[in-house]
Amino acid sequence: MFGKLTWEAIPIDQPIPLVAGGVVLVVILAVLVWVVLKGHLPYLWHEWITSVDHKRIGVMYTLLAMVMLLRGFSDALLMRAQQALAFHSQGFLPPEHYNQIFSAHGTIMIFFVGMPFVIGLMNLVVPLQLGVRDVAFPTLNSVGFWLTATGALLVNVSLVVGEFARTGWLPYPPLSELTYSPGVGVDYYLWSLQISGVGTLVAGINLVTTVLKIRTRGMNYMRMPMFCWTTLASNLLIIAAFPILTATLAMLILDRYFGFHFFTNEAGGNMMMFMNLIWAWGHPEVYILVLPAFGIFSEVVSTFSGKPLFGYRSMVLATMAICVISFMVWLHHFFTMGAGPDVNAIFGIASMVIAVPTGVKIYNWLFTMFAGRIRFATPMLWSIGFMITFIIGGLTGVLVAVPPADFLLHNSLFLVAHFHNVIIGGVLFGAFAGYTYWFPKAFGFRLDERLGMAAFWLWLVGFYVAFMPLYAVGFLGMTRRMQHYDVAEWRPWLMIASVGAIIITVAIAVQVMQLVVSIRNREALRDFTGDPWDGRSLEWATPSPPPVFNFAVMPHVTGEDAYWAMKRRARQEAGAKHETDYRPIEMPRNSPTGFVCAFFATVMGFALIWHIWWMVIAGFIGAFATFVVFAWRDHDEYEIPADEVARVDRANLAARRELVTAAGSV
Amino acid sequence: MNIFDPKGPIAAAEKTILIDSIGIMLAIVLPTIVAILAFAIWFRRSNTRAFYWPDWEYSGRLELVVWSIPALTIILLGGVAWIGSHQLDPARPVAGTGAGITVQAVSLDWKWLFIYPDQRIATVNTLTLPVGSPLHFQLTSASVMNAFFIPQFGSMIYTMNGMVTHLELRADEVGTYQGLSAHFSGDGFPDMLFDVHVVSQVEFASWASKTARSDRALNSDSYQALLEQSVPKDKPEYRLEDPQLFQAITTQKIPPGPGPRQAAEIGAGNVR
Amino acid sequence: MVATTIAHGHDLNLLGLADTEHEGPAPKRIVTGYGFWIFLLSDMVMFSCFFAAYAVLLGQTAGGPSGAELFNLRSVAVETTCLLLSSFACGMASIAAEVHSHLWFQIAMAVTCVLGLAFLAIEFHEFADLVARGAGPSRSAFLSAFFTLVGCHGLHVSAGTLWLLTMMAQVFAKGFRADIQRRFLCFALFWHALDIIWVAVFSVVYLLGSAV
Repeated sequence: MFGKLTWEAIPIDQPIPLVAGGVVLVVILAVLVWVVLKGHLPYLWHEWITSVDHKRIGVMYTLLAMVMLLRGFSDALLMRAQQALAFHSQGFLPPEHYNQIFSAHGTIMIFFVGMPFVIGLMNLVVPLQLGVRDVAFPTLNSVGFWLTATGALLVNVSLVVGEFARTGWLPYPPLSELTYSPGVGVDYYLWSLQISGVGTLVAGINLVTTVLKIRTRGMNYMRMPMFCWTTLASNLLIIAAFPILTATLAMLILDRYFGFHFFTNEAGGNMMMFMNLIWAWGHPEVYILVLPAFGIFSEVVSTFSGKPLFGYRSMVLATMAICVISFMVWLHHFFTMGAGPDVNAIFGIASMVIAVPTGVKIYNWLFTMFAGRIRFATPMLWSIGFMITFIIGGLTGVLVAVPPADFLLHNSLFLVAHFHNVIIGGVLFGAFAGYTYWFPKAFGFRLDERLGMAAFWLWLVGFYVAFMPLYAVGFLGMTRRMQHYDVAEWRPWLMIASVGAIIITVAIAVQVMQLVVSIRNREALRDFTGDPWDGRSLEWATPSPPPVFNFAVMPHVTGEDAYWAMKRRARQEAGAKHETDYRPIEMPRNSPTGFVCAFFATVMGFALIWHIWWMVIAGFIGAFATFVVFAWRDHDEYEIPADEVARVDRANLAARRELVTAAGSV
Repeated sequence: MNIFDPKGPIAAAEKTILIDSIGIMLAIVLPTIVAILAFAIWFRRSNTRAFYWPDWEYSGRLELVVWSIPALTIILLGGVAWIGSHQLDPARPVAGTGAGITVQAVSLDWKWLFIYPDQRIATVNTLTLPVGSPLHFQLTSASVMNAFFIPQFGSMIYTMNGMVTHLELRADEVGTYQGLSAHFSGDGFPDMLFDVHVVSQVEFASWASKTARSDRALNSDSYQALLEQSVPKDKPEYRLEDPQLFQAITTQKIPPGPGPRQAAEIGAGNVR
Repeated sequence: MVATTIAHGHDLNLLGLADTEHEGPAPKRIVTGYGFWIFLLSDMVMFSCFFAAYAVLLGQTAGGPSGAELFNLRSVAVETTCLLLSSFACGMASIAAEVHSHLWFQIAMAVTCVLGLAFLAIEFHEFADLVARGAGPSRSAFLSAFFTLVGCHGLHVSAGTLWLLTMMAQVFAKGFRADIQRRFLCFALFWHALDIIWVAVFSVVYLLGSAV
């Protein structure tokens, strides 16, 4: 009746997941009860859950990422604590648990922190920067978000019902095959990522179509903000790479569920094929993550230096070069498989070549700062921290791109330090910069600056204290994923690393505090003009938060840094009267399709993991029915009357008058 | 296990490449970091002495420099990568005293089996090697993927079931070292460390012939016992009954190791 | 109108069309078609992974049967004809939709459906037969790759058939409304794309496989 699911799936004999799961469940229930009792449920349903507004969806993606950061980071703390203690000892986490923890850590951080964070920011900002009202496919956008949330949910359910994969964040066969991983752990991983992978693909299609087909008048390609270019590159990569992940995971699913032999030891399976396929996805994936971060830094550095981005065309070329080359380097993840010197050398050189456009970007940011007037607001601090940290990470990356060096460092903690260096220094710092930079646009008030700066310094110091020792211990021969060890030389470094992890814990606590404090003090932090940073691109032309239709009249763009030009023109024409012709605006209706579809996807995913076949069929019928119901609706848009549009716009213009009449920048 | 303390020519060459590459890159990276900090500090808004060029956004000459610096660095390092990959290809023979010895390494769950086909012996979790001789490793796995790695001798290489990988090394100093598996392979993975004893040629020969007369034999029974998932408590040394054992493993004549015993017993996939 | 008051240049369109200004957001029909094309491209990337796996595992018959011993080229020819004809019928349905002819639309779609189902029936029969002969997907890596590649295409045809029936119902209930037309455009693209994939499948799998 319930497939493989029995009461034994709940880990009553394991305190850590039990307590963690219990606490999370209590918190979720408490929040739900509070929401319902305070009468917020209708608001949440109508304004957020069923919203197809890219701004709302962007915020929800970002919120998902930040919540999952807490879960992924708890895993990291457990790992660091274990490695600090497990010298000539089993520590406090037996192998079955430790192995799940590091697998969950990587999976969550990449798929449910990194991806939603950048996709959320792209969703929130890109239509505003392009001067348009929404993305190409708003309802599909909602579906994409909720499917991603489904994936996150399933991974977390594995904590309290069953187990998670014990293979690492990429389930190499034959270890991930049924023979060596007979439990449900790998299945949780597979279905969670298959479902959220659909969500990601949907986001990719949406954003590419938006950037290529939905821009305001005059917004030629070479007038788009840099963030839109990196969005285009990143999402082109999503479209080209995620189907590879889908196919590869499908092959592993077929091996595990139906006894196929794609990657098994026997009957001709080929485990090397898995590695080639998964890394053909995996390498573009890291560029999917970092390219939007590069875009954020371009925006932030130019805004806070008071200068246009240096070498715009060069940056576009570099971005698209990275996009293309990222598909040609995948073998560097397994130099030690023995492909031979020619193959290894070619891929090594290709991997280094990608450092060229990346280096170009760093120098262009450097020269954007040169002869600027730099304001050290929190987003700018993150940017400078990124530039320095990412360069070091890039150095170590080029180092392991030299095959004979990699023969010593592959799979070591040196490698672990390298990729955390570039992901934290690049993606996470970029996400935090973007979060702080665009928070006022999304919510109408700024985040507390002092706490923001404190969080930055704590993260920066914490990162270096946590990861520089890992480079050292990698040089001392320590390999990754060790639940315990007996080598005395490694221990001091691992203990320093745990101190770093504690510093980062404080940093995250400060960030949580920053959010709470800022919400409490929101009136004092209110952004009245919609342009708190003296911005250069079109999102700063809208009120904070923007109305659902973004722009009363979509702007006509005549050059780069469109909003900067608008401000200049407005200052020159100060006092001149403009009569705007306001028209009614049609906007897409909200729809529960995304949420309901994801509900059925969750049911299907859970049922597939536990082999509850009738539930799979029921879930599928439900999902199909959801789409049919959605397709059957007669009214997919609603109209906002012209005088409402006019009212909003006039209020916006009035709020900005002081910006225009003031002599200098804000 | 310090890779900066090489005990063989492969590790020594790789260490040189490491240090040279770091040096080349630091030459670019350090000035860049200094420039970032210098520009950030000098051009801060409160510094009224700094000039402000609000419309300066392009310079052809600077672009040329900006593209050239990384490009030249990469060309240099690319050369290092090409030459290094060929000279240090794991399968490339290493010169040394005599013809050298062949070791067939098999990674199991969760231990290493070392077969010396010519000496008709086999050991678990201990590797005894003659100093200065070329060491011809043939590697495979009896179950899941692993990686054979002795940090102070040089390159690691994957082990995979049904396939043979090749590694050529040489140990130049007598002593005891450590090797490990450098690819996660399951619950017993952290225990896949092995001792490496590098001894004189004479001592090696006498150890080999003594072990060949051992009463512990590696045959299909004792091998089946090794195939079971376990972490061994001792480091047995065997007389090798079947010199074709390695071939039998790589051709899957002997099927790969079973997974957790519960799977076979219970039948359906279990929970934990 | 040529862009004039530019303080920071670089409004030269990369394609050399220096004076063309972007007109603004594209109309819905174009956007929908464009997005769906992109989805189709992503689907083709997925199929190419299965093709790649097939190529890698082609020789891994694990002592079992190879393609040449298994494939019945006559039934492949029949199912190919069915699928290609169904694309033709779908094309007829597109024309009917354009001229808003309910009768011919439903007829053409029904024919498409029947031919698609015929294709699926033949394929299902082929699979069942192979399994009965002990040449199921768990027999060898080659067979796993075969069943997955061909089966994935079959799954897409099945999903397409479900979509087809839904479109027939939609047009019947609501007529040729603009959004339904857009949806139908996507369906037609999908159905024709399946044809293209099938051409690749039967060439690579059946024709080349039988020759080996």
